[in-house]
Amino acid sequence: MEEEERPFTNPFDNLTEEIVLTILDYLSEDPFAKKSFSLTCKSFYLIESRHRKTLKPLRSELLIRALRRYPSIIGIDLSLCPRFDDNSLNAISVMCKSTLKSINLSRSRFFTSVGLSSLVAKCSNLVEIDLSNGTELTDSAAAVIAEAKGLERLWLARCKLVSDIGIGCIAVGCKKLRLVCLKWCLRVSDLGVGLIAMKCKEIRSLDLSYLPITEKCLPPILKLQHLEDLVLVGCLGIDDDGLATLKQSCESLKTLNLSNCQNVSHLGLSSLTNGAGCLHQLNLAYGSAVSADMAKCLQNFSELQCIKLDGCLVTCSGMKSIGNWSASLKELSLSKCSGVTG
Amino acid sequence: MDIKERLSAESWTKSASSGNELPNKSSSNHQSFNNLNSQQHQQKWEDPSGLDYGIRIEPSFLGYNQPSETSSSIPSDPNNQIKISDREGGQINSILQTSRNQDWDPRVMLNNLTFLEQKIHQLQDLVHLIVGRRGQILGRPDELVAQQQQLITADLTSIIVQLISTAGSLLPSVKHNLSTDPSIRQLGQLGGVQFSSGEGLNGGVLPQTNDGSKVSDHSNQIDLTGNHGTEHNYTIEEHESKDEDDADEGEHLPPGSYEILQLEKEEILAPHTHFCTICGKGFKRDANLRMHMRGHGDEYKSPAALAKPNKESSSEPMLIKRYSCPYAGCKRNKDHKKFQPLKTILCVKNHYKRSHCDKSYICSRCNTKKFSVIADLKTHEKHCGRDKWLCSCGTTFSRKDKLFGHIALFQGHTPAIPLDEKGSTGPSDRGESNETPNKAGSIGFNFSSIASAGSGSQNAMDVKGSVDDPTGYFSPLNFDTCNFSGFHEFPRPPFEDSESSFSFLLPGSCNYTQKTAGE
Repeated sequence: MEEEERPFTNPFDNLTEEIVLTILDYLSEDPFAKKSFSLTCKSFYLIESRHRKTLKPLRSELLIRALRRYPSIIGIDLSLCPRFDDNSLNAISVMCKSTLKSINLSRSRFFTSVGLSSLVAKCSNLVEIDLSNGTELTDSAAAVIAEAKGLERLWLARCKLVSDIGIGCIAVGCKKLRLVCLKWCLRVSDLGVGLIAMKCKEIRSLDLSYLPITEKCLPPILKLQHLEDLVLVGCLGIDDDGLATLKQSCESLKTLNLSNCQNVSHLGLSSLTNGAGCLHQLNLAYGSAVSADMAKCLQNFSELQCIKLDGCLVTCSGMKSIGNWSASLKELSLSKCSGVTG
Repeated sequence: MDIKERLSAESWTKSASSGNELPNKSSSNHQSFNNLNSQQHQQKWEDPSGLDYGIRIEPSFLGYNQPSETSSSIPSDPNNQIKISDREGGQINSILQTSRNQDWDPRVMLNNLTFLEQKIHQLQDLVHLIVGRRGQILGRPDELVAQQQQLITADLTSIIVQLISTAGSLLPSVKHNLSTDPSIRQLGQLGGVQFSSGEGLNGGVLPQTNDGSKVSDHSNQIDLTGNHGTEHNYTIEEHESKDEDDADEGEHLPPGSYEILQLEKEEILAPHTHFCTICGKGFKRDANLRMHMRGHGDEYKSPAALAKPNKESSSEPMLIKRYSCPYAGCKRNKDHKKFQPLKTILCVKNHYKRSHCDKSYICSRCNTKKFSVIADLKTHEKHCGRDKWLCSCGTTFSRKDKLFGHIALFQGHTPAIPLDEKGSTGPSDRGESNETPNKAGSIGFNFSSIASAGSGSQNAMDVKGSVDDPTGYFSPLNFDTCNFSGFHEFPRPPFEDSESSFSFLLPGSCNYTQKTAGE
């Protein structure tokens, strides 16, 4: 039998790029796998270079070259580059232009509002910015961020110099915000937070931990139609008396974190969560004592699945009433609770 | 007395009318005088000696001449008139003459000038009248017209004479005073005669005056003028119909209960209204003048001389006085439809300066606001740069919550960082960063320019900013106090940022690092 000499066909030619990309998706957990994939051949190299969407460089100097290799980068995580300055920021913004959607500058320090302004100006599709730990960032930086009109997720944790003015600018400028984290922004007060709640109606998640806020900012927050996640850790300005004045109810709230709020007891909690029927998760760690009243209050939430009561003083009656809950509780955390033994 | 009072009324109304007031009005007022008994026709001559004298002489004189209507023969020697007045007139005149001649000479001058002006206006009005009444004149039109023409020419000559004499006599001196008096009287008589002849058509109807009230009013007037001392006021007329309109607006004065006075523009704007009779120095206040007089001799050091000119004669002022602005077309002018009178002379002064004068004083802080009254400027300067909270629309607010309330209301407004604040935020970092936020700090108000401005140029700006604003270093602290000032409900959390306390200790290093951060 004679076999015709068939011209050699690369079986991989039958694979479209889409298929290869889908295959590559499965390899995303293992960076070395992708690396070896890319080293196989030129075509694989090209495919992989088009596949990669995020970069997490270890060194900022090599970033430009990496960006040349990977043209379709959507997200850059620079949390491992501590010395990321304005020039580099400018460079990447020039390279990525409008494909860049997410950037994480949380551990980097040496950039200022100048770099941010070039970033925001050139990367018009920017959706997510993480500027946590930007301790030198001021209100003018916040004003620059306000120029990113499509911004949806913003982290400004520990940006201690950003004040109500900057937050106000952001609130007015970034109308599509869905997630705002203002943890430890000590200069932000009721006014700034209230303005965000009033202007950014799309907010789903709001982190206001350790802010010097009081119950005055809560009415507009509770009026948010889509609010699902509210974090009020360590908000010592919120107390029962203030919460008693609340008349609004947030029906969309799913998770609430009130840990380290010693001034909030079950009364305050009940007024805050008035009407929050779909509350899934409640964190009252290190708060006030858990008594039978508190347990009764918690029974109102039929959807409640997870309760964290770490570090709270739980009384016997409280324990009993917790046991009597009919809610479909999945998780109950009582670690470090005094009064709970064994 | 009747005739005298009437004619004096006529002459006063005429004299007080401004150019734009139609003579018809005054004639109608004559009618009103006839009809209404509630006369509050007072005249306040600040210096009644010369003028009142003259005016009062004239009606008395005219009273004699009325039937004959020999107006041309009027400018006879004034001495005759004086005698007549002495015969006629009353004790009031003599009192005036003795008491006022020496004391108030400068005011006589002022009176003279204003009187001149009045006379000119009267002349104008008369001419208007003549033009207007031409059709109505029945009887002996030609003779009347001829007489009036004579009158007019006579008046003109006398006015010119008067002008010359008063120009020469503007410096206060006793001699000139006396010399001008006769001419004033002359004029007054002429004026009165004019009216009498001009109004001769109406002359048949003599106004029923409340003689007693008039005289008493008059005496009250004189005393009051002495008390006021500073301006001379001319009563114009009563605006009874207007009173009712104005009663709705703020002031509820029953109609006919108050009188309206109008000052002249020069008088309102005069810097000094009290003058020393000895040296002629001007003062704004009567008290200052009295203090000055102490230097002119011991007789001024007595408690009587130093005491405030008392008002024992006006135990209660008979009428409420309201003031009108002389500016034509002003809402505060008595001729305006919706006339709103001003309450005191000071109100008149302030109103006139604010509304009808240009604003010559400028605030030194903002270089924007202009004022015509110094007191307004001082009030403004008290709280000029106070508003620190600035919105993108340019509105400034004194409090942060006001700013945020404003921003919450409107769509596109954002908080704006004022320029001086920005310089301060620069050095608030620790000195270790290479690129200081001075760049951020000195970026101006216009955020959009941040994106466009190159970093190089901003470096230069930074250097300037930090050098120029050394005081800015302290404002981070101010920022803190600002933010927390309104919210004292809880003690400051212990986790306070300490960077700001370091900030102004390291200005030098900040400047230093700027140079390394160059492009």
